[in-house]
Amino acid sequence: MLRCLRADLHIHTCLSPCGDLTMSPYRIVTRAREMKLDIIGICDHNSAENVQATKNASSDKNIKILAGMEVTTAEEVHIIALFDETREVLDLQKQVYEHLPPVENNEALFGPQIIVNELDEVEGYNKRLLITATSITLKELVAEIHNLGGLAVASHIDRETYGIIGQLGFIPDDLELDALEISPRISRSEALARFPEINKFPLISASDAHHLEDIGKAPTSFLLEAPTIHEIEKALTNRDGRKVLLQ
Amino acid sequence: MKKDTIKISDIVDALNLKIECGEKLLNREIKGGYASDLLSDVMANTKEGDIWVTLQGHPNIVAVAKLKEIAGIILVNNRRPEQETLKKAEAEEVPILTSTLPSFELIGKLYKMGISGMR
Repeated sequence: MLRCLRADLHIHTCLSPCGDLTMSPYRIVTRAREMKLDIIGICDHNSAENVQATKNASSDKNIKILAGMEVTTAEEVHIIALFDETREVLDLQKQVYEHLPPVENNEALFGPQIIVNELDEVEGYNKRLLITATSITLKELVAEIHNLGGLAVASHIDRETYGIIGQLGFIPDDLELDALEISPRISRSEALARFPEINKFPLISASDAHHLEDIGKAPTSFLLEAPTIHEIEKALTNRDGRKVLLQ
Repeated sequence: MKKDTIKISDIVDALNLKIECGEKLLNREIKGGYASDLLSDVMANTKEGDIWVTLQGHPNIVAVAKLKEIAGIILVNNRRPEQETLKKAEAEEVPILTSTLPSFELIGKLYKMGISGMR
């Protein structure tokens, strides 16, 4: 049976150097439930080391956690990768780590990158410089995300900084993005008026939350049979009655 | 022949730059220059004491400038730094200047003043 499921597919944790320290798995999941979300995507910058902890924290809650990552491409464009399983995003993480420069994070300048468990206890720190760009090109990244069974979504396309249109000036024709994400700063109609070329793509909105209070801002509702990547992919392409429901 | 040192205050005066923050840091010497809008490229290629010409105005420019010990940042083409960028730049002591000129013109003028990217 098809159900309407509310999703916020782009949420950071305290692993992102710019993520608030309170963005820990249990608190994120609790806040997401308060905001009546059915699906959330955990997408830290160039790392997925808090994904499994968030999944664990959600085990007794009626919410689906998608295993995600927000990768910075060589063009300094942000792309969200979303998967069902932690092992899939960790496969991508392995490649991302191989394509980050061998430079350590400077906590004082960029912020700490905290790895936590499902009880919100600190397990360690990611020492890599996660805020910077990988040497993976947009095209390579999208292909690899698909190869691993995930969805590739261009982040906050209305933002000049790290958004695909701001960085490149346009969306390349040969890039097989599954969707474009609009930030909470702009409505769908404003986005379409400002960037007419985006009407060729499925659009979603997401919070890109770095603070607890931002979780659930501008969610996307999907008509799905189950909260899975395969079902969301069907909704994005309007197949078998699955749909993205307009806000 | 030893070149005269160029300070930030020299380029502010000569090129009519607006001081967005770091008024007290204009005595800093400029040892060279770099122009790029990709932060990863700036991180990889700038040298200590460079003046950095860019159009990016988001807060990460301050972290990169601090990390690489850049002398100061010039935003081109009437671009303005974000509020948070200014706050961070004040705290980290990174001067930010703005110019009405596009990059090409501004860099040409800096070069004419004796600031070079190669050193």
